[in-house]
Amino acid sequence: MSVKTLEIDGKMVTGMAGETIFSVAWEHGIHIPRLCHIGGISDVGACRLCMVEVEGQRKLQAACLTQIEEGMVVRTDTPRLKAHRKLIVELLMAERNHICAVCVANGACELQELARSMGIDHVRLRYRFPVFPVDTSNERFGMDHNRCVLCTRCVRVCDEVEGAHTWDVFGRGAGSRIISDLGEPWGASESCTGCGKCVQVCPTGALFDKGKTVAEMRKDRGFLKYIVTAREKKQWIG
Amino acid sequence: MTVEDLLEKQTEETERQAALENRILCCTAAGCVSCGADGIRGAIAGEIKAQGREGKVEVCGTGCMGLCSQGPLVLSAADRKLYGNVTAADAAALVSPNPIDRQALAPREIDLGAPFFIKQTKIVLANSGRVDPERLDDYIAAGGYQALAKALNEMTPKETVEAVRKSGLRGRGGAGYPTGLKWELVAKQAAPVKYVVCNADEGDPGAFMDRSVLEGDPHRVLEGMAIAGYAVGAQQGYIYVRGEYGLAIQRLQTAIKQAEREHLLGSRILEQGFQFRIDLRIGAGAFVCGEETALIASIEGKRGQPRQRPPYPPESGLWGAPTLINNVETFANIPAIVEKGAEWFSAIGTANSKGTKVFALAGKIVNTGLIEVPMGATLREILFEIGGGIPSGKFKAAQTGGPSGGCIPEQFLDVPVDYESLARIGSIMGSGGLIVMDETSCMVDVARFFMEFCMEESCGKCIPCRTGTVQMYDILRRMTTGEADEDDLAMLKGLSELLRETSLCGLGQTAPNPVVSTLKYFAGEYEAHIRDHRCPAGHCGLEAKEATR
Ligand SMILES: Cc1cc2nc3c(=O)[nH]c(=O)nc-3n(C[C@H](O)[C@H](O)[C@H](O)COP(=O)(O)O)c2cc1C
Ligand code: SF4
Ligand code: SF4
Ligand code: FES
Repeated sequence: MSVKTLEIDGKMVTGMAGETIFSVAWEHGIHIPRLCHIGGISDVGACRLCMVEVEGQRKLQAACLTQIEEGMVVRTDTPRLKAHRKLIVELLMAERNHICAVCVANGACELQELARSMGIDHVRLRYRFPVFPVDTSNERFGMDHNRCVLCTRCVRVCDEVEGAHTWDVFGRGAGSRIISDLGEPWGASESCTGCGKCVQVCPTGALFDKGKTVAEMRKDRGFLKYIVTAREKKQWIG
Repeated sequence: MTVEDLLEKQTEETERQAALENRILCCTAAGCVSCGADGIRGAIAGEIKAQGREGKVEVCGTGCMGLCSQGPLVLSAADRKLYGNVTAADAAALVSPNPIDRQALAPREIDLGAPFFIKQTKIVLANSGRVDPERLDDYIAAGGYQALAKALNEMTPKETVEAVRKSGLRGRGGAGYPTGLKWELVAKQAAPVKYVVCNADEGDPGAFMDRSVLEGDPHRVLEGMAIAGYAVGAQQGYIYVRGEYGLAIQRLQTAIKQAEREHLLGSRILEQGFQFRIDLRIGAGAFVCGEETALIASIEGKRGQPRQRPPYPPESGLWGAPTLINNVETFANIPAIVEKGAEWFSAIGTANSKGTKVFALAGKIVNTGLIEVPMGATLREILFEIGGGIPSGKFKAAQTGGPSGGCIPEQFLDVPVDYESLARIGSIMGSGGLIVMDETSCMVDVARFFMEFCMEESCGKCIPCRTGTVQMYDILRRMTTGEADEDDLAMLKGLSELLRETSLCGLGQTAPNPVVSTLKYFAGEYEAHIRDHRCPAGHCGLEAKEATR
């Protein structure tokens, strides 16, 4: 495999052919914001937070889906990109009902952390206040659609790692919703193995462990490291 | 069928038609059917029997004749007379051999020398309204399948690709990508299995160009696809047609069956050792499924959602195989290009936009209907000569490109209609929707209408489009009700930029276009709505609302 050299935010970095801008940047301490990407499962380029400028390209590129090339010059943090990211997070905040003060994931939520890091103290858009259900039919876990950002991490981890494909997306546009099986309550799902991987990868408090109260939910993603190492190094170690 | 059989069949059918005293062609496309064309066709058939004219006079249905606003339309082939607003009561006179009877039809006659007809150049629509789309022989008599025969007999696949490249044809589905280059990309892939896909999803509100071609001349599209299959090395084609197009689906099914029976499709095509099957895939009515990667996902049986490109379909498309996706109208140009040559085609149009473009004329215009004009015709020619002008007299704007396009104000009426010029003035060629607006149209409301469409059709995969369109729509809606302020306007601009630059697919990337172009040319209207709570077009009824406040 060949090594490629490129420039990210003025820093000369190297990566392997086939690696994405996103992962090479992170390896070199340049943390591009993201929501739909999580190491260990496939990328879909849905959140658009990782958009970067690549010299010579007219359009912005999603770093999580763009492979590095020799001599590439990438900028990840220009004022234009910052403005876009801020607006994307505000759009998410206004889209559903993200009330941190009463959320199990308060303090451990990736959406909250994104907003905090961008200095978002108010939202310039009108809140939509949609009415979405909460599914508590599963014995051990809950699903609060009001906190879902539709990143589809749960869908992918369940399909690609657990192999159950319990989750999928129903509907379209702003009415899209994550469903289990063919729309049955999670508790009635025949495909769900109860492994809880979806809960662990969910960036917000949408998927949570039952019995946890405000700000108690912490997510454990250690299992994904096994997957990545196993895939890349063919060894089952963490 | 061999090539000799094909030529023989052409002669035979041409002679048969010439031996008739008359062929009466009834437009049975959607527009005319909606005002009673089926009844008229039935009445004519009845009269033929009643007057004992079987074998001498023949009646058949055809695709769109173009001048939809004067339907039902009937063409008398022998004396080349076109009649409009025909009723069943006219059937007797139409069938009658007596010139005196036919005099009664004079008030219905439409002048075929009018600008509407003579200013058009027909390639894609050459047979539409002239042949019976349900009869293969009609298409063969018009020279059909001879381009395919020529490609198979006289040209290598490489030469076929080269001819398309040289012709300068660009994709008619909206983006205008050079068709020859796309074919070349697919042709050069060394894969054992490749696919040709025809995009017939046509989702733009008000557009019916592709539908008319499929309904009026389905074999032309099949022939174009078969030539493409030969050129790029594919043996399987799919037509992805939207479920709402029942008649188009039925005509395609009939046409495919007919062509397969005669070995013009399927195995042993024209006994030349080339095989190419075409199957239909029916879409379930999502605009986004017209986007090529979503369309591919949909054919594969997955959720019709776009994915990041690259890889582009020519490298990795249907089931990962190299796939050529072209629009209906793009394929419909192919037979003529192969038959008459690249030079002939590239002589029509402008420097970078060759050939013709089909438009669906709608809105505040005298002649609504389907037209085909050479690239580079000006909007003024299209609207005021072919279109017959604006009924109320005062032109305000023309909208091209549907929800991905823009509004063109009066000052650009003399700009040639080609890909580059339209892009330069903030619109796009698009797939061919052309909506004309007069003084009574409110441009803020037009922007609101298209944003509502995009919001409802967003697939929901990426955040900027899924929820940005909701916010943009809300701002535009509040403008039309007098509830928006300057901050909203600034946010509308910010969101426009966000969607444009960060959305995953073309739907979200182009959704702000109607907003951006109306903001550019009709900024005063936005200001009036925001500052004065007034709608200059008098459309939004803001003054009335103010009064009752
Ligand atoms: C949201 C969206 C909808 C589209 N709908 C259509 C359509 O209905 N018909 C079509 O031919 N192309 C449509 N396209 C363009 C296709 O993605 C593709 O570019 C086209 O089919 C290529 O054919 P062409 O090169 O012959 O134009 C759409 C694109 C987008 C982004
Ligand atoms: S439930 Fe969680 S992981 Fe699943 S789509 Fe929603 S936010 Fe993402
Ligand atoms: S831009 Fe809109 S339609 Fe396209 S992928 Fe994103 S949400 Fe779906
Ligand atoms: S992390 Fe790249 S689009 Fe979400």
